[in-house]
Amino acid sequence: MKPFVYHQPKSIEEASVLSAKNWEEAVLFAGGTDVLGLLKDGIEEPKEVINLKGLEGLDQIDFTKGKELRIGALVKIAQIAEHPAIKQSFPALAQAAAQTASPQLRNMGTIGGNICQRPRCWYFRGDFHCLRKGGDECFAVEGENKYHCVIGGGPCYIVHPSDLTVVLQALGAKVTIVWKGGQKTVPTSQFFVLPEEDLYRENILKPGEIVTHIHIPVPDSKMKSGYLKFKERDVWDFAVVSVAASVRIANGRIESGRIVFGGVAPKPWEEETLNRELKGLPLKDADLQKLKALALKEAEPLEQNAYKIPLARNLMLSLLKELMPIIPN
Amino acid sequence: MPNKKKPSSLSRRQFIKGVSTGVAGTIATTKLARALPIEKLEKAAPPEGHLPLELKVNGKPYQLYVEPQTTLVEVLRNELQLTGTKVSCNHGECGACTVLLDGKAVYSCHILALDAQGKSVTTIEGLLNGEELHPIQKAFIKKDGYQCGFCTPGQIMSTQALLLKNPNPTKEEILDGLSGNLCRCGAYPKIIESVEEAAKVK
Repeated sequence: MKPFVYHQPKSIEEASVLSAKNWEEAVLFAGGTDVLGLLKDGIEEPKEVINLKGLEGLDQIDFTKGKELRIGALVKIAQIAEHPAIKQSFPALAQAAAQTASPQLRNMGTIGGNICQRPRCWYFRGDFHCLRKGGDECFAVEGENKYHCVIGGGPCYIVHPSDLTVVLQALGAKVTIVWKGGQKTVPTSQFFVLPEEDLYRENILKPGEIVTHIHIPVPDSKMKSGYLKFKERDVWDFAVVSVAASVRIANGRIESGRIVFGGVAPKPWEEETLNRELKGLPLKDADLQKLKALALKEAEPLEQNAYKIPLARNLMLSLLKELMPIIPN
Repeated sequence: MPNKKKPSSLSRRQFIKGVSTGVAGTIATTKLARALPIEKLEKAAPPEGHLPLELKVNGKPYQLYVEPQTTLVEVLRNELQLTGTKVSCNHGECGACTVLLDGKAVYSCHILALDAQGKSVTTIEGLLNGEELHPIQKAFIKKDGYQCGFCTPGQIMSTQALLLKNPNPTKEEILDGLSGNLCRCGAYPKIIESVEEAAKVK
């Protein structure tokens, strides 16, 4: 690793000033599990590292019954996986946290870092001056693209690697972003950006802005949520394709719901047409099959990754069948 | 017989110890600029670019000056000569460098030494009771939970972390608890048996 100037700010304001001052040459550092990989491989060579671990009040999980779950950005992924109230009321989130990386990485990595992690594309991580690194070519287009996106791509074809983001979006989570002199809270659906919006970043964070909290509304008793992840290795791995769903069931029908896919797009992928179709859908197998035809309808796979489309659709069906009693045809 | 006895008097362990001390010694000399024991500097101002680090390793307090990019395993192996912790991938993926940080398993190659500030680190050396092996180490020997042995310190530290949290793990929980440790020899079935044995005897 190349030497860098090390900052350990004591307040969010101080961190924000440091980050804004030297945005191009400084990197924000939380758990460090992703950043250290980027630094060791020379993918990023910042002159300054701003370690956020000294910031107070960001390592708490606050659960207000009937209202919201608030998770500080520095909360470790292991804490989320093991938290009794999260396991009980937000099973999808606990499942996604427990399936993230390995025990060691879950003890080190934070939720804030997890949602802000950089892509795992092997051209981006490797010795290729690709589009996302300021080059003029996405090597995945003509190259090895088995793990790349099938929808929402172009001109770069990354997928967002996080498990948690997929679930957070299905649960209607919001992200609080703070900077010196201000703050805002945005839905996760507005936090991530596609390559066509910003080729060099995966989220909306601007110079000096820092993620401080994640807020998740507490579901009522009729809401069910779950997460299914397909990976190539049986033990820890990034998702090839994943799906999260939260559905509200009443009177033998789905009253409302959200389905979000991971591993298929440069951001957690949610389709309004699919969510609309969920409304009022009877819990019958034949009706669920309609969803299959609808999901990822606009997908344009690359040469090696068309398999992701049926995989994602089938995962979605398996998850819905796990969440609700389905009447066979 | 006496002829045969002499060469074998140098045990494998002593041999490895001799070699690894030599290697560690060389590294410590070449990397001296990266981390220095504070007492050696007589509390002088830190060298340029260095920051003070205080941590406990296996119960013993240490004060050093480190460059910010120094990882925890570099301090353990190169400065404190605790070479039981191994580095294999140096990328936070294989688990050979697993140590406990405040009782939780972490990859020491993938954490800045400065992030262990004020914390308590346990390495494989810290499991020993004097010269006596820890029950987990004994279990790994009894069940043959290794082949080449390079990943073993990490496997054992993950076992320790798992059993501290969950003294009676199911097989599923063992598989999950040790999922962050790779074994290139593929000794996994014996490693799992060793963990089961350790949970039984501890």
